[in-house]
Amino acid sequence: MDLTLNIWRQPDAVTHGALHTYQLAGISEDMSFLEMLDVLNEQLNAAGEDPVAFDSDCREGICGTCSLMINGQAHGPEVTTTCQLHMRSFKDGDTITVEPWRADAFPVLKDLVTDRSAFDRIIQSGGYISANTGSAPEANSVPAPRDKAMRAFNVATCIGCGACVAACPNGSASLFMGAKITHLGELPQGQPERYTRVVDMVAQHDAEGFGGCTNIGECTAACPKEIPLDVISQLNKDLRTAMKQGR
Amino acid sequence: MATPTLVKGARSTRSTIALKLAMAVSGLIFIGYVLAHMYGNLKAFSGEEAFNEYAHHIREIGEPILPHAGALWIFRVVLLLALVVHVASAVALWRRASKARTQKYAVKKNIRSSLSSRTMRWGGLTLLLFIVWHLLHFTIVKVDVSTGDTGSDNPYRLLVDSFDVWWMTVIYLVAMLALAMHLHHGMFSAIQTLGFTNTAKSRARAREAGWILAVVVAGGFSLVPIFTLFGVIS
Amino acid sequence: MAATDPSHTTPLNSAPTQISDDARGYYTPGEPLVDPVAPTGPIGQRWTQRKFDNRLVNPANRRKLDVIIVGTGLAGGAAAATMGEAGYNVKSFCYQDSPRRAHSIAAQGGINAAKNYKEDGDSTFRLFYDTVKGGDYRSRESNVYRLAEVSADIIDQCVAQGVPFAREYGGLLDNRSFGGVQVSRTFYARGQTGQQLLIGAYQAMERQVAAGTVTEYTRHEMLEVIVVDGKARGIIARDLVTGEIETHLADVVVLATGGYGNVFFLSTNAMGSNVTAAWRAHRKGAYMANPCYTQIHPTCIPVSGDHQSKLTLMSESLRNDGRIWVPKNKEDCDKDPRDIPEEDRDYYLERIYPSFGNLVPRDIASRQAKNVCDEGRGVGPMVGDFRRGVYLDFTDAIARLGEDGIREKYDNLFDMYARITGENPYETPMRIYPAVHYVMGGLWVDYHLQSSIPGLFVTGEANFSDHGANRLGASALMQGLADGYFVLPNTIRDYLADGPFEKITEDHPAVVEARTQVEERVTKFLSINGTRSADSFHKELGHIMWEYCGMERSEDGLRKAIDMIRELKAAFWSDLKVLGTADSLNQSLEKAGRVADFIELGELMCIDALNRRESCGGHFRAESQTEDGEALRHDEEFAYVAAWEWGGEGGDPVLHKEDLIYTAIEMKQRSYK
Repeated sequence: MDLTLNIWRQPDAVTHGALHTYQLAGISEDMSFLEMLDVLNEQLNAAGEDPVAFDSDCREGICGTCSLMINGQAHGPEVTTTCQLHMRSFKDGDTITVEPWRADAFPVLKDLVTDRSAFDRIIQSGGYISANTGSAPEANSVPAPRDKAMRAFNVATCIGCGACVAACPNGSASLFMGAKITHLGELPQGQPERYTRVVDMVAQHDAEGFGGCTNIGECTAACPKEIPLDVISQLNKDLRTAMKQGR
Repeated sequence: MATPTLVKGARSTRSTIALKLAMAVSGLIFIGYVLAHMYGNLKAFSGEEAFNEYAHHIREIGEPILPHAGALWIFRVVLLLALVVHVASAVALWRRASKARTQKYAVKKNIRSSLSSRTMRWGGLTLLLFIVWHLLHFTIVKVDVSTGDTGSDNPYRLLVDSFDVWWMTVIYLVAMLALAMHLHHGMFSAIQTLGFTNTAKSRARAREAGWILAVVVAGGFSLVPIFTLFGVIS
Repeated sequence: MAATDPSHTTPLNSAPTQISDDARGYYTPGEPLVDPVAPTGPIGQRWTQRKFDNRLVNPANRRKLDVIIVGTGLAGGAAAATMGEAGYNVKSFCYQDSPRRAHSIAAQGGINAAKNYKEDGDSTFRLFYDTVKGGDYRSRESNVYRLAEVSADIIDQCVAQGVPFAREYGGLLDNRSFGGVQVSRTFYARGQTGQQLLIGAYQAMERQVAAGTVTEYTRHEMLEVIVVDGKARGIIARDLVTGEIETHLADVVVLATGGYGNVFFLSTNAMGSNVTAAWRAHRKGAYMANPCYTQIHPTCIPVSGDHQSKLTLMSESLRNDGRIWVPKNKEDCDKDPRDIPEEDRDYYLERIYPSFGNLVPRDIASRQAKNVCDEGRGVGPMVGDFRRGVYLDFTDAIARLGEDGIREKYDNLFDMYARITGENPYETPMRIYPAVHYVMGGLWVDYHLQSSIPGLFVTGEANFSDHGANRLGASALMQGLADGYFVLPNTIRDYLADGPFEKITEDHPAVVEARTQVEERVTKFLSINGTRSADSFHKELGHIMWEYCGMERSEDGLRKAIDMIRELKAAFWSDLKVLGTADSLNQSLEKAGRVADFIELGELMCIDALNRRESCGGHFRAESQTEDGEALRHDEEFAYVAAWEWGGEGGDPVLHKEDLIYTAIEMKQRSYK
């Protein structure tokens, strides 16, 4: 198939960028979206033009590195990561606009590459259970109810890609945060720090410049792991409880 | 802008979620109020006497413990406070949101969000303007648009005379549409913000609550103007 | 335990004497190698004794000791967290944009631990035994025993961190049987075990970042190790965003940089996985051990065309319920599999290995898939002259468990398959083909995980120590976390007890030299100004490696491969084209450096494979097979670790042999028939 690509090009973090148009011919529908960009880059390299910088690593949908806004949708038209999006989702002659995640908390470093270290700092602020190596009790000494463990697992599948932020009109990271709060909050091991965790994480989230949530649900539609909106409710509930406890 | 440092001394009350909770609680106060207000309006179907009686009675609630119109003023103060909280939180969150994405997308699609959820802010602003107009119209100046008189002491007449005028009815119906949309998402959003939707099922129920509230309140409010315009209420 | 654990002080096997010398002319024989810190005594007490014997570091001294850890996967992340908790001053490096993205995240199936929760006869000794046997008796018994011993602690640690392992209705942990073993000792979190374990380690590490004991350097690539007076004292790293070449000095350096499977271009590794850190250390004096031991995983999604940038693995837990087959007749290969009657199907693993069936170890499953495809009975699209694929059929399992039952167990894998191939695996059988997945080879380390450069420790897949010639399923996660949480922190202290070492400054000649080397290399890449991208060289290297150093290796093929790689290397350094600048985010430049090192590694892998004229585990030499085509080991010749020393630019590598002496297990020829 032949395609027209509008791709955001930006030489570095400080220089202003713009959309550039490229023509690409002979793309196979079995290619992944990123393999299509690989082809473009080979072409650009041969023509002496700087290849398009974009993030990807595992290319199997689990590391969360890839992060492209494709035709106005985070990770493109399918519910999956950019690396698992295949060209069979497009038609011959399509025009595809590719932009980086847009959020001031995720500054663009170059072209389609953004800095998502804000997520790391949200985790640093409390997204963990304090258990020093060697101090753990025997694993089966604390049973975890299966339904709670299942819920914890279902939301622990978050890959930290940032699609929720990219899709949110408010640039909020509530889904990311809610997933972690719910994951750790559903497990018996997560209880001791549960209410300090939520306060600290939300404060860090706010300080990073993410917006507030308006419960409209674009985040969960964009989430490649289909994290449900109820994690945000859980986040709110835990924060409300923390508030009651005067934290 | 990203910050490379970790926040020290975090407080739950200083968070965006605290603002959202403030919006949710103040919003629920309004919901309670509009339900009561709508119920009162429906008194118009019972005729002039009943309606005016009701309007008068509002001022007598709590007497003799409270002074005349005391309860009414308490309601007004509470509502005014709720309004201030609701609007102030909305403005703060709106500003945060616009700062969170200063560089907009060239192409952006909406996938799951409803029209009502996306128009909460401008819709809210519309409602705010409407409320000002509505208060001027029925409470503060009491303009009878058919005669141009002000300060009417017959609420029923004022109502009938107003909605006999087609464009007044249209204004109110448009406002009710805005209210319906605001309530449709607002009800769900409040429940979600308060943390009562931790399962898919409860979330679906909260969405239903939004629909029901929107239809009941906006529908209930619209009955009086429509029936007045068509002469059923006169 | 005493009955099953002989713990002989006298060896059960004799030292090998190599008779064949296929690689003559490609290498220089070196001195024999012995692990200087190898433990002795009853095998069950070696680790306990060693932990006691190793010196301690006073808590007050720890914060004065700088520890550099490169890589943030299970081995690196867990080590950074644990060392940080202990109070050392840790600097953690990764090329990814966040530590959480390290490729450990992609491991699907599970993690082994000798908990014996199922009361099915498992024990530390059995896990040890299975691992040594699975590794075809090419691993060190003391290391493996230690691995089995700490495995149970790993599960405790991970559960405490909030890793959401699968649980039974009573709320206790669930186990499954996995990859060629007959006990259920694998803990899992649906098909995302690696992700959950890594997130656990990552969170523990981020907690230490907040506590100030760990400083993380993301989007930083280590490009050189700094060796001062024979000791590793730091690294040179490039900030991948600004392009700045940075010097980081420390008292000790830990490489937890993963495996080099990407030398094959197509592998299940991440795009960025590379050998550069390990190879740079190798060139500075660290020995590379058994580089030819490569694990080819049998259940990957087949290649669909030339554009392919990576292969996707599907957990081999699929083999628990899926049946593998190809058509008996070549004519049926392009038919719809559902139209091929039962009697025309060849369930070849069940036929050849009736007792293990579809659950034979990975190397066997892979090689048999290659064999049937080479016979022309492969399925799926033609890639080159062959169809490269076999069916993995869930029809029976769906009939037995229902579609929902299968969905509950494997939904993410089925979804992934559907997404990549565009086919619905609930309706038609999946197609699978082997792909490079893991390398057992790596930098040589002693029992303390210290390489041949003092002060340079190597953990996880980057070292060679625990899996021998083949790794069992669900053991990579176990080893990464064992090294990171429990082994390294207990061995590195014996080295650090002598510290803090004399301070060195950035103008020390050795530091300046390392830095200059890096800068010159970067400049060189940008100045060649040829015609080909680094990627195109990488692809070509991958073809050579897969063809001649893949599932089956032969003397002729390997010689040919070495020649081809040498030509490729010359072409690389004269015809490479890297655009852009050194002082910016430049992904082509990053790639060029990685490919340059892969080319050199590829050559060494072929030399190692050529030397090892035997078939063992993941290394199958055509010249060494039984009459019915099974792998044939030659313990009397090759029961040794081949540790290769860098022979200098243009020089031949030097081979040091470390004999593998077993005292607790008798060596047996593997048979899964």
